Amino acid sequence: MIRVRGLVKRFGPRFALRGVDLEVGKGECVALVGPNGAGKTTLLRILATLSRPTEGSAHVDGLDLAQDANALRRRVGFLSHQPLLYDDLSAEENLRFYGRMYEVTGLGARVTAMLDQLGLVHARHDLVRTYSRGMKQRLSIARALLHDPPVLLLDEPYTGLDRQAAGMLDQILREVGIDSRTILLTTHNVERGLGLTQRVALLARGQVVFEMDAASWDPGQFQQVYDRQVAGSSALR
Amino acid sequence: MNFFAKLWTLVLKDLSLEMRSREMLSSMFIFALLVVLVFSFSFDLRVEEVSGVAPGVLWVAITFAGMLGLARSFVLERDQGCLDGLLLCPVDRSLLYLGKMLSNLTFISLTELVVLPLCLALFNLTFHPLLLPILLLGTIGFSAVGTIVSAMTVHARAREVMLPILLFPLVLPALIAAVKLTGGVLDRQPWGEIRNWMELLVGFDVIFIVISYLAFEYVIEE
Repeated sequence: MIRVRGLVKRFGPRFALRGVDLEVGKGECVALVGPNGAGKTTLLRILATLSRPTEGSAHVDGLDLAQDANALRRRVGFLSHQPLLYDDLSAEENLRFYGRMYEVTGLGARVTAMLDQLGLVHARHDLVRTYSRGMKQRLSIARALLHDPPVLLLDEPYTGLDRQAAGMLDQILREVGIDSRTILLTTHNVERGLGLTQRVALLARGQVVFEMDAASWDPGQFQQVYDRQVAGSSALR
Repeated sequence: MNFFAKLWTLVLKDLSLEMRSREMLSSMFIFALLVVLVFSFSFDLRVEEVSGVAPGVLWVAITFAGMLGLARSFVLERDQGCLDGLLLCPVDRSLLYLGKMLSNLTFISLTELVVLPLCLALFNLTFHPLLLPILLLGTIGFSAVGTIVSAMTVHARAREVMLPILLFPLVLPALIAAVKLTGGVLDRQPWGEIRNWMELLVGFDVIFIVISYLAFEYVIEE
């Protein structure tokens, strides 16, 4: 479903990615962990077509990133710690705007259903600037899932959320059908990511250096690998 | 949904946002107003043929006020983190350019609705219907170039300085043509004398809209 081969991204002389190889199967959820500057966000931005790779190839849902960018965008939902919402529009106006751009059929009913599912119907006409961080994150999930994408890219979705709100986010993601989608999420908090994922991949210095199934999760082993790969980094949370 | 429906959705979104915040229009109105007033009082004291400088004053007010709007257009998207939201939409990048360009064109045209009567009144000039297409063509050229330059500078650290530095040399031919045309029409010159300027302005608009439309994809992406 997601296949990345030899992906390189360079910003001037600096390498953000140095030949990433990664596969995420259909319906699988993989957590990409790594220290700051490892290239997690860069990889997700490339897969979401927000950034062009310098070298290498990537396919999402069978579509080539370089050849079929528009078709690929229809099949991807992107959620980051930034809500990508207009503060001066209401929740409903935001969703209607994105729905029209994604050509969502039955838009009115879909918007209402999403707002209802995420517990925001009561605030549908309120401007987003009046929303709390948690409400914005819920609306952001609605935006990312509005066009019912088979692939979800979640970039640090827990950033800025306290433990309770992060737990709520997990619950919401499960309720909106996370199990039926292919998901690649990045996180600093590997323990939190484990709650949702089947596999954890460690990205360090621009490469995937280690992968481990969540079912056979061994925190000690992972910590050892992490410390070895991420020299000088602080202990894994 | 077809191309034009999505284009309208983009423009409508910008108009709705501006109607709510009024950040851009209010600053453009006030700035244009001040420019016209300051020039009017200064020239009134120093220049005998005040009407001769009116076209220049009008276009200085429009371009300077327009610059304020252009500087804000992509920055507002970026500050709210919505530039990525737009780029994630399954539409050609060129459509995003056209949407932004039309929004900028609307905001600058609204400013002109205030500036033009004020300029005519202060410089004691008579309105001519040909002024409207001239203003429109000049503003289209200015918005076409301004929108892409604004996109180019949105991630730059010194974008407030970079935007005018990059924009003015590019837009100069259109500005000269627009000033000459405005002056010619106000002086009631025969069409044959100003026709070349009109052709230059139309040519400028077509060339820069096409170039910007095609180049926007490479400008806006990382």
